[in-house]
Amino acid sequence: MKLLEHQGKQLLAQAGVPVPRGRVVTTPEAAQQAAAVLGCRVALKAQVPAGKRGKAGGIGFAGAPEDAAGAAARLLGSELAGSRVDAVLVEEAADIAQELYASVLNDPAGKGPLVLFCPAGGMDIEELSARDPESIRRLGVDIRTGLTADAARSLVTGLGLGEHVEEQVTSALLTMYRLYRTVEAELVEVNPLVVTGAGEVVALDSKISLDPGALGRHAELVADLVPERDDTGTELERRGRELGLQYLELDGEVGVLANGAGLTMTTLDAVTHYGGKPANFLEIGGDAYTKATPALRLVLDNPRVRSLVVNFCGAFARTDVMTEGVLAAIEELRPELPIFFSIHGTGEEKAIRLVRERLGVEPYDTMDDAVRAAVAAAAGEGKVAG
Amino acid sequence: MLVSAQDNVVVQGLTGRQGSFWAERMAECGTRIVAGASPGKGGREVGGVPVYDSVVDAAREHELDVSVLFVPPLAVRKAAGDAVAAGVRKIVLLTEHVPYQDIMHVLADARDHGARVLGPNTAGLVVPGVASVGIMPGFADNIFRPGSIGVISRSGSLGTLVALNLVSAGYGQSAFIGIGGDPILGTTTLDAVRELDEDERTEAVVLVGEIGGSMEEDAAEYIATMRKPVVAFIAGRSAPPDRRMGHAGAIVSAGKGSGTSKVDALTSAGATVVDLPSGIGDALLAAGVKPAA
Repeated sequence: MKLLEHQGKQLLAQAGVPVPRGRVVTTPEAAQQAAAVLGCRVALKAQVPAGKRGKAGGIGFAGAPEDAAGAAARLLGSELAGSRVDAVLVEEAADIAQELYASVLNDPAGKGPLVLFCPAGGMDIEELSARDPESIRRLGVDIRTGLTADAARSLVTGLGLGEHVEEQVTSALLTMYRLYRTVEAELVEVNPLVVTGAGEVVALDSKISLDPGALGRHAELVADLVPERDDTGTELERRGRELGLQYLELDGEVGVLANGAGLTMTTLDAVTHYGGKPANFLEIGGDAYTKATPALRLVLDNPRVRSLVVNFCGAFARTDVMTEGVLAAIEELRPELPIFFSIHGTGEEKAIRLVRERLGVEPYDTMDDAVRAAVAAAAGEGKVAG
Repeated sequence: MLVSAQDNVVVQGLTGRQGSFWAERMAECGTRIVAGASPGKGGREVGGVPVYDSVVDAAREHELDVSVLFVPPLAVRKAAGDAVAAGVRKIVLLTEHVPYQDIMHVLADARDHGARVLGPNTAGLVVPGVASVGIMPGFADNIFRPGSIGVISRSGSLGTLVALNLVSAGYGQSAFIGIGGDPILGTTTLDAVRELDEDERTEAVVLVGEIGGSMEEDAAEYIATMRKPVVAFIAGRSAPPDRRMGHAGAIVSAGKGSGTSKVDALTSAGATVVDLPSGIGDALLAAGVKPAA
C-alpha cells in the first residue's frame, strides 16, 4: 500500500524527521489561503501515488497567494501518471543548499532491512545506481538487533557534510528505521533529504509503502490515513478491484483465464508467441475460483475479446473445482465466443469429463494446442470447435 | 533444500482441513510423517499420526528433520520460531501473505541455528518416488516421475505445467524445488541452483523464473561456472511494464527485473532459454541430456 507524499510526511513528522510546513488542499481558494498563512514562496505538489512528478508537471511554485490559486487550479482535476489529482500539498518552498538521498527498505538479497544513503540525492535512485553505484552507501541490518546510532553514523561520515549535518542525518536515518519497523513498511524513502541554506536537514519528499500482509496489525494507522480512492486503470480494471480480482485489461483479442500468477503470465506469453495478442491478465486460482461468474463477465465485457483460453494446472488448487466454477459461469452467461480448454494436474480427470459432458467440448492435450486454436479463432480463421 | 525417505516430517497445523488433507497426500508419496503440531490440540491423532501442542513438545518424542507449516499468515513467525527452537533443520513455509518483517525474523533465527527455510508462499518440495513436502501433486505420475532433471520454480501451477511437460517429453525429475512467490525468500534461485548442482542424482537443471526481482540475474554468475546443463524459462516476458502480475515480486519497474535482463544474464551464463515450457524437452535433448528409457 503506497502512501501519498503528505501522508508519508505526516508519519515522518510525527516520528521526528523535520518536514516543511504545509497543508493539503482540494480547491484553488484553499490553496491561496494556505499560501497566505505560510506567508512565503510556496511549492504546490500534486498528491498522486507516482514518482517523478516534477518531470510530469505535477509540481508548481508560487511567489504570491493569488499565484498559488492559479497553480492549484491547473493541478486539481488533471490527470497525472494515470491518477486524477484530487489534492495538492501547499508547502513552504525550501532554500536548498544540498540534496541527499536516504531510504530504509526490504532487501531480498540480504533477507533483512537495508539502509541506503547517498550524498547526491534528488534524482531517481535507479538512474543514480546505474550511473555511479559506488556513490550509494548500503548497510544491511539484523532485524533482531536493529540499527544502532554508530552504524547509522558510519553511513554519513567521511563525505564532507560537516558535523552539524552529519548529526541531523544520522538522527533522520535512525528515525526512518524506527518508522519502517513500527508501521511495518516495505519502503521508507526520502528523496531528496535536503540541507537548507541555514544548514538544517529537512525531508522534502516522502515515499512510504506499507506491507499489505501486515496492515491488519495497524488498524489505527490505516483508519487514520483514509486510504486513497484508487481510480487508476480502466473501468473494467476498477470493477475487477472491487471484486477482489486482479484483472488487467490488455489490448489484444484472446481472453485468458488461468490459475496462479506464473501460469497466467505463461499463458499470455504463449498467446504472444503464437502470433496472437492477449486481451487480459486474470487469475482465478486459489479462492478466487468462487468468483468465476463475475470473473468471466469481466473477460467478456472487454469488447475486443474474440476467443477465450481456459488454462488450469492443479497443484494446491483442484482443477475439477475451478472447472466447475467456470462451467457454471459459462452456463449462466452463455458467451458466444469460442472457448479452448487445457486442464492438467490435481483433479484433471474429473475436470476434463465435466467439460466434455456439460459443454460438449474436448479439452486440448497441451496448453500450446489450446492457445494456438484460440489465436486462430480470434483471427477469424475459419469456424473452430468450442 | 532436498528431502530424503529417511527424513522425519512434522506437520504444523495438522488438525486443520488443509493440513490433514495434504498430510495424507504427502504420505501417499512416501513422506515419513511422524508427528503433528497444533496449539491446544495435543494428545489427538490425525490418520494415526500423534499431535502435540507445539513442535518443541513433538521434538521430545521424535527425531524431527523437516517441518511443513499449514498455519495462517500471522501465526507463521511463532510457529516457525518453534520449529527452529526445536532444532528442526528444514522448514517449509507454504503460507502466502506472511508479513515481510516476520519472515526476516524467522530467517535470521534460522540462519543462527543452521536451519534452512523454503518459502514462504511456496508450493513445496518433491523428490519423485521418495517424498513430497507441501502442496504439489507429487502423487500424480503423469506429472512427477523419478528421473534426473532438477526443477526450480517460484510458482506451483506453472511448476506443475513444467513438470508435466518434462514427463510428456520422456524425462523424470530428481527433485522439484518450489522456492516461492514472495520477494523475501529463505531459499533463493541461487541457493536452489547450487543445491541441484551438488546433487548427485541431478543431471540437468530446469530453471523456471518470472519477471520481477533479480533472483535469476543473481544466479547467473554461478550458472556460468556449472558443468551441468541449465535450461530456463522466464514467465511474463510479454507482460507490459509497470503492471503487477499477481505475485508480489512480479513487477517490472524502470527496466529492473525485465524478461530481457533475465534472458540476457542467463544466456550469457551458458543456459538455454526457451520461449515456452513446451520447448524444454528439446532444449534438454540438444544439451545432450537423454530422456529416461
